[in-house]
Amino acid sequence: MSDLKKIVIDGNEIEVDGAMTLIQACEEAGIEIPRFCYHERLTIAGNCRMCLVEVVGGPPKPAASCAMQVRDLRPGPEGQPPVVKTNSPMVKKAREGVMEFLLINHPLDCPICDQGGECDLQDQAMAYGVDMSRFKENKRSMDEIHLGPLIKTHMTRCIQCTRCVRFATEIAGVPEMGCTGRGEDAEIISYLNQALTSELQGNVIDLCPVGALTSRPYAFTARPWELRKTETIDVMDGLGANIRVDARGREVMRIMPREHADVNEEWISDKSRFVWDGLRRQRLDKPYVRGADGKLKPASWEAAFAAIAEKAKATAPEKIGAISGDLATVEAMFALKQLMTSLGVKNLDCRQSSAALPPTNPSAWLFNSGVAGVDQADVILLIGTNPRKESPVLNARLRRAWLNGAQIGLIGEQADLTYDYALLGSGPSAFNGFDQTEFFKALQAAERPLVIVGEGAAARPDGASVLGTAMQLAEVVGAVKEGWAGFSMLHPTAARVGGMAVGFVPHQNDDGALSDTPTGRDTLAILDGAKNGVIEMVYLLGADEIDMTKLDKAFVVYQGSHGDAGAMAADVILPGAAYTEESGLFVNTEGRPQLAAAATTPPGDARENWAILRALSGALGKPLPYNSLQALRAALWAAHGDLATLGVPMTAEWRPLPAGEMIPALFASPVDDFYFTNPIARASETMAELSKLAAARHTPMAAE
Amino acid sequence: MLADSDRIFQNLYGMRDRSLAGARARGCWDGTAEIIARGQDAIVEEVKASGLRGRGGAGFPTGLKWSFMPKEVKDRPHYLVVNADESEPGTCKDREIMRHDPHTLIEGCLIASFAMRANACYIYLRGEYVREKEALQVAIDECYDAGLLGKNAADSGWDFDLYLHHGAGAYICGEETALIESLEGKKGMPRLKPPFPAGVGLYGCPSTVNNVESIAVAPTILRRGAEWFKGFGRDNNAGTKIFAISGHVERPCVVEEAMSITLRELLDAHCGGVRGGWDNLKAVIPGGSSVPLLPKDLCDDAIMDFDWLRDQKSGLGTAAVIVMDQSTDVIKAIWRLSKFYKHESCGQCTPCREGTGWMMRVMDRLVTGDAEPEEIDMLLDVTKQVEGHTICALGDAAAWPIQGLIRHFRNEIEDRIKAKRTGKVSAIAAE
Repeated sequence: MSDLKKIVIDGNEIEVDGAMTLIQACEEAGIEIPRFCYHERLTIAGNCRMCLVEVVGGPPKPAASCAMQVRDLRPGPEGQPPVVKTNSPMVKKAREGVMEFLLINHPLDCPICDQGGECDLQDQAMAYGVDMSRFKENKRSMDEIHLGPLIKTHMTRCIQCTRCVRFATEIAGVPEMGCTGRGEDAEIISYLNQALTSELQGNVIDLCPVGALTSRPYAFTARPWELRKTETIDVMDGLGANIRVDARGREVMRIMPREHADVNEEWISDKSRFVWDGLRRQRLDKPYVRGADGKLKPASWEAAFAAIAEKAKATAPEKIGAISGDLATVEAMFALKQLMTSLGVKNLDCRQSSAALPPTNPSAWLFNSGVAGVDQADVILLIGTNPRKESPVLNARLRRAWLNGAQIGLIGEQADLTYDYALLGSGPSAFNGFDQTEFFKALQAAERPLVIVGEGAAARPDGASVLGTAMQLAEVVGAVKEGWAGFSMLHPTAARVGGMAVGFVPHQNDDGALSDTPTGRDTLAILDGAKNGVIEMVYLLGADEIDMTKLDKAFVVYQGSHGDAGAMAADVILPGAAYTEESGLFVNTEGRPQLAAAATTPPGDARENWAILRALSGALGKPLPYNSLQALRAALWAAHGDLATLGVPMTAEWRPLPAGEMIPALFASPVDDFYFTNPIARASETMAELSKLAAARHTPMAAE
Repeated sequence: MLADSDRIFQNLYGMRDRSLAGARARGCWDGTAEIIARGQDAIVEEVKASGLRGRGGAGFPTGLKWSFMPKEVKDRPHYLVVNADESEPGTCKDREIMRHDPHTLIEGCLIASFAMRANACYIYLRGEYVREKEALQVAIDECYDAGLLGKNAADSGWDFDLYLHHGAGAYICGEETALIESLEGKKGMPRLKPPFPAGVGLYGCPSTVNNVESIAVAPTILRRGAEWFKGFGRDNNAGTKIFAISGHVERPCVVEEAMSITLRELLDAHCGGVRGGWDNLKAVIPGGSSVPLLPKDLCDDAIMDFDWLRDQKSGLGTAAVIVMDQSTDVIKAIWRLSKFYKHESCGQCTPCREGTGWMMRVMDRLVTGDAEPEEIDMLLDVTKQVEGHTICALGDAAAWPIQGLIRHFRNEIEDRIKAKRTGKVSAIAAE
C-alpha cells in the first residue's frame, strides 16, 4: 500500500512514503538531522529535541522531526506540498539551545572519556553548538550504577536519551533498565543495581550516544583513531554476524558490529563482542611433537611434518580419520578433504556433534526461510532449540516477530526465551497426536508458518528420524510453498554449514561425488574406532568439542589456534591462525557465504590454516594443486559454485526426509554454557566471568 | 454583577444540600433524556454555538474539540476523560464543583460522553483531593442507585459508566497526554503529538480530555440554550466563568462571574478589594501560575477574558487570580514558581529538564541580587530556548512567568543587583 506524499525540504521537492517520519524524509533528501534519542531500530522517544525542524505554516514553533510523520503535515492553502526547513534561523537557534541544555550538566571530561573521538555529543557540539558557556551554576553529578563486567558506567555523562532503556526492553527483552526520578533528578538505573541478564547487553555501549555506558574490558586501552579497522565476520555462532575488528599492532582491541539488515541488523552478542581477550591467551604459537617421555615438546615445522608423514605412511587409509571443528574456514576444510581423499581416507566428518544431517539434501540443514524471513513468519514452531543460547541475535528477531503478533510454540527444553511461547512438549512424544493440537491448526492456517529445528534435535541417535518427522510436519502444514520456505535449521556453530557445503562428510564416492549413504566413519564411529584400535590416526582441524578420552590410543594431530582439549590429546600440534588472523570463507546457518578478513597476523610460528595443509601435503608427498589462497579459492569455487556468490545464501530444493522411529529421550540444546562454546571463548577471562555470573543467577538462594 | 439566577453552579459554596435530591431541586438532571434525544450532532452544534472555550487553561473551543472525535464507533471504543487534576498553583475552582456541586459534573459527563459516542468516562482526580474524591464518589454512587448512570443511563437509552481515578499528585499529570499515560498505569510523561488523543488516546482509542468546568457547564448550556450562554462576555469569550481569587485581597474567594468582567470589579465586588486599597496593588497573575503577571498599570483597566489578556502577552489560563500588593517581593514570588516548575518537570525532554533547574538557579541569585546585570538578558534568552521546544506545555509554563517578570519588573531586578553591589538603593520618591 503506497501512500506517496510530496514534500519540500530546504527547497528540494521529493516524494516519500507518507508513513515516513520527517527525519527519514530528510535523509532521503540527503540532509542529515542531528539526533540523540532517535534510533532507527528502537521506538521513537522524541525526548532529546535535537532533531527540531521548522514546518512552514504550522504552529510557530519547531517540530521534532523524529516523531512527525510526513502524512501529518498539512498542505499549503492551494494544496501545495508542505514545506520543511532544516537550516532556517529558527532551527539553528533551536539546535543551539538544545545543545546548550545538553552540555550544561555534562562533564567536561572528554580527555579522560573513552567515548572521545566517537561521541555523538562531541561531534554534534562541534557542528551545531556554540563556543562558550553561560552556565555558572554547579554541574549535576549522578550516582554510578553497576552494570556488570561488560559495561562501565559514568552516569554523570548521561543525557537521558533512554536508548539503553528502550533497547533492553524492546530488543533484548529484559525490562531491567529504567528511568526513575523526574525533572533534573531523572536518572537511568538498572533493576536492583544489577547487571542485565541479557546476552545482547553489549549493544547498549554502541547505542549510548555519550560516554555514560562504555566497554569495561576495553576501558582506557586505546583511542578510536589509533585503531586499524577490519571488516570481517563473526564465528561465535552460526549466524555469521558482520563485525568490525579494531586492532592496534598485533592485538585485537575490540570488536564492534557492522550493519547487515538481513543477518544481524546492527546487533551482536556479548560473546561476539567481548571474546577478544581469548585471542591473546592459551595460544599455540609453535609446533609441538610428543616425545618418547609422553610430554609435548616444541619442535620445528619440519620435525612436526616429518612425524605426521612417518605415521601416515605407516597407516592404512581406512585407519585414518579427520574431524573438522566449529571455527574452521571453508578453505581449510576443502584443502583437508582433498588431502585426505588423495591419501584414500574416507573417514571425514565436519559434525563434531554427530548431527544426522543428510549431505546430499541441503534443504534439511539450511535455514531455508532466511534469517530475515523470521520477520515475516506468523506462526513459528521451535523444535529442540534454545535460540537465546544458540544465536541471541536471531532470538531478538524471533522476539520481534512475536511482538508483531507471531505465535510461537516450542518442543524442547523449557527456558526463558524473552518472549511467550506455548510449550508443546519436551521430547519426541510431543509429535504423537500433534495434528490434533490447537498449535498444529494454527500452523496449518498460517500464511507463513515456520518450523525451526535446532541441532539438539538432530544430534541424537534418532536424529535422522526427528529431522524427518519435522520435515514431514512442515510438509503437512504447507510450510514450504511458492515464495516461502518455512523449514529452517538453526546451527549453533560457524563452520557446520560450510563443512556440509564442501562435503566434509564420510559419504565420499570414488568418483568424487557424494553418496546418499556413508562410505566411511562419521565422528562417533571415528572416536569409537580409535577407542578400540581400529582407527590409528586422527587429524583434528580445530576440533575440541569431542570426547578426547577415546583418542588415548590413537596418534592425534591437532591443527588449531588454542591450547584446548584437542591440543591436550595431540601427539603433534600444528599452530594455526584464529578467525581474526586469516582470510577465510564462512557459511552461515542460512547458507550465506561471507568472507572474513585478517585483522592481525597469527602469533609466533602459527600459520594460516590452508597454508599449513598445503605444506603438510608436500611433506606427505601428495602436494595440493594450489600455491596461493586465490588458487585455492578458484579450485573451491570451481567445485562448489554456490559458494562463489559471496553474500548470497545457497538455495536448496525441498526434499522432505521420511519420518521414523524416535527414542523417548528429551530434546536438549547443544549449547550448555553460552559463554564457553569454543576454544577462544574458553580462553577468555571475560567469558569466564560472565559464565560465573550466569551460573550464580540460576543458583537458588534460601529465603532468610 | 452576574445575577444569582444566571449562575450555573448554584451550590458552589456548599451551603445547600449537595445530595442528588438537592441537586435535582436546583435543576440538575432535569430533562437529561430529552437533551440526549436531540442527538449527538445537535448537542455538539449547540455547544459550538454557545462559544464555550475550554476552561482548563488553553481556551480551545470545546464544541470544536468534541467534533474531532470520529463520527462513528469502529473497532475501538471512544472515551471521555475528565481532567480533574487541578494542580496549577492558585487554582481551586474545580474542587468547589466536585465537592459541592458534583451532579453538574456527572450529568455533564453523561451528555458529553453521549455526544462523543463514549460509553465510558474516566475522571482523573488530583492526588491531594481526598475529600473531593469522597464527595464525588458518593455522588456517583447515588446516581448509579438512581439509574442515572449505568445501563440506559437516565432513561436516555445510552449505556454509560463513570469511573473515578485518583492520581498520585504530580502536576504533570494534568497535561492531557501525561494524564492518559498515568491513567493507563504508566509513568505520567506527556506523549508526542500528533497523534492527538481524538485519534489515538486512552488505551490507543479515540479520546477527549476536558476540564471539569468545561464538562460541568454543558448541561446548563443545553438546557438554557447557546444564546443565553453567549449573552455573557465579549465576542469569542462567551459565558460565565469561575474565578478563584487568592493573595492580597480582603476576602479571597471562588466566584462564578460573567466573562470579560473587569479585574477591578471582580476584586472590589467579590473580594472586598485589594488589601490596603487599589493603589496598594503591585501586580496580578491573572490565570494561575503559568501565565505572565500584569503590573498595576495594566490591571487598572484589565478585562478578564481570553483575548484581552492574550493581547497583553498574558492569558486567562484557569482564571486563578493571584493578587500581590506592594509588600510583595515580586522577584521572590516568581522564583517560587520557578522552583515549582523545576520540581514538577517530568524530565523527559531536554529543554525542560535542564532549563527549569537552570532558570530556578539564576532566579535564586536574582532574588538575593547576586547576579550580573547581563544575566537578566541571558535568563530571558534561556526562557526563549525552553519555550516552544518541549514535548508538552510545561516548558512554556515555566518560561512565561519569568518572561513576564523581566518584561514588567526589570528595573526592580536591576535595582536589587545594584543595591547588593553598592550597598545603596536607587532614589525613591519620599512620599
